[in-house]
Amino acid sequence: MPNLRFTEQPLSEWMRHRGYESDIVISSRVRIARNLQHLAFPMLATNQQSEEVLTRLKAVLEDDRLSQYGVLHFLPLDDMDDLDRRILVEKHLISPNLATESRNGAVLISEDESLSIMINEEDHLRIQCLYPGFHVQEAWERATAVDDIFEAHVDYAFDDKRGYLTSCPTNVGTGLRASVMMHLPALVLTQQINRILSAVSQVGLTVRGIYGEGSEAMGNLFQISNQITLGQSESEIIENLHGVVLQIIEHEKTARQKLLMESRLRMTDRVMRSYGILSNAAIIDSKEAAQRLSDVRLGIDLGLIDHLTASQLNELTVLTQSGFLQKIFNEHMDRAERDMYRAKLIREKLGK
Amino acid sequence: MLCQECGKRPASLHFTKIVNGEKTEFHICEACAREKGEMIPGTSGGFSIHSLLSGLLDIGPTGKGQLVGKNTENLQCKECGMTYSQFSKVGRFGCSSCYKYFNDRLDPLFKRVHGNTTHMGKVPVRVGSHIQAKRKIEGLRQELQQKIAEEEFEKAAKLRDEIRELEKDISSE
Repeated sequence: MPNLRFTEQPLSEWMRHRGYESDIVISSRVRIARNLQHLAFPMLATNQQSEEVLTRLKAVLEDDRLSQYGVLHFLPLDDMDDLDRRILVEKHLISPNLATESRNGAVLISEDESLSIMINEEDHLRIQCLYPGFHVQEAWERATAVDDIFEAHVDYAFDDKRGYLTSCPTNVGTGLRASVMMHLPALVLTQQINRILSAVSQVGLTVRGIYGEGSEAMGNLFQISNQITLGQSESEIIENLHGVVLQIIEHEKTARQKLLMESRLRMTDRVMRSYGILSNAAIIDSKEAAQRLSDVRLGIDLGLIDHLTASQLNELTVLTQSGFLQKIFNEHMDRAERDMYRAKLIREKLGK
Repeated sequence: MLCQECGKRPASLHFTKIVNGEKTEFHICEACAREKGEMIPGTSGGFSIHSLLSGLLDIGPTGKGQLVGKNTENLQCKECGMTYSQFSKVGRFGCSSCYKYFNDRLDPLFKRVHGNTTHMGKVPVRVGSHIQAKRKIEGLRQELQQKIAEEEFEKAAKLRDEIRELEKDISSE
């Protein structure tokens, strides 16, 4: 791997900053899908075609306007081993699809890892911007600006009626997927979550696990994103998501206050028990770790724990995933060893 | 009940997935669940959106009473060679020309997925100027109808002239 930093540090530079409402909204993300004219989409592209896509898009790097986003590192997937790919997925810098299915796939990652541009993923080009906290609008503004730079150099597949043409019918039109990662422990504890999530799906939004489509919600983290990409303008999509997320934030806040008012003792007990287990356990699987970390994060947000920070929790959330554990300790661990090393790592990190 | 993944061990985990109000139940054993957890997150096979989509794609152009016969089988993209039936299996287009060749079939599909059939968002700067103008004309036309309905003929006449002007610009491009 040409640039080791991206797979060695668990916490992206951009995640070190605290954003708006960041005790509930962990991060905001926008990605836009684009394809080049006259070349088959990656799934059907010949080797020659996907090479051409790569060459043409890589050439856009020469545009000086891109330098405002910091140095962009060009990383071909072929130069990475499975473990490095997996780590980039765990950090949300590349998609599972790019990691496992791409041919002549590559990614451009900015120095602070807030901008990642995937080449030959499901679509030829996917521009992704990440922000800490609740900043979907800013993420969109940045993504569309990067999109304009690419568009100045390459001809996009675009149709008057259908908009930007994408490989999957669920992305056609704007090619825009805007999402926020929310930590909603109080809504889960007070059993309001299902009602809220089903309401969300009524208004053109969808809820996914933290790694997108098909992945389950772990540690009370939910990813809320737009489902509709055709027939709404980008600003409508962003505003719609923004409005709904604001409401969910309010519900979560109310639920947290209620828990604190009505069952402070039980909340303290729950949070401190989880903290106790994380600080002392000898074996812990990823699911339990995620749940306990969620409790501790809530404890920090509610002021029940004051010697830890949200940033430390973010770091542990990434670190305790399988890819990172393997990277730190040993690539060929089995599940039992991973659970042991995970517990060891958490103990060390919490033990100051 | 046996695990629906391996079909050997008894299913011990049961969960329900609800996508846009549609319920799907899964029954799997612990070993298979663990195995799923081992995979790169997000790639859990079988639950992909594409397999859900293919259910939507297998519909005729107007649905009711229309036979999905030879027409569907022969429908093919001349650019990349993908047939409509392949498309309805994989749930993904092969190239941008597929949109042109399958066009007659796409309105019902997009209607189901997005509730809409026409793009209203951003247009590329370089190829987009005439699209912007077209959209503007469309907006002005609606306004014109309204003014006529309100019997504001003077304003309507102004709008009509504005539309003509814009249309001239487009055709001269």
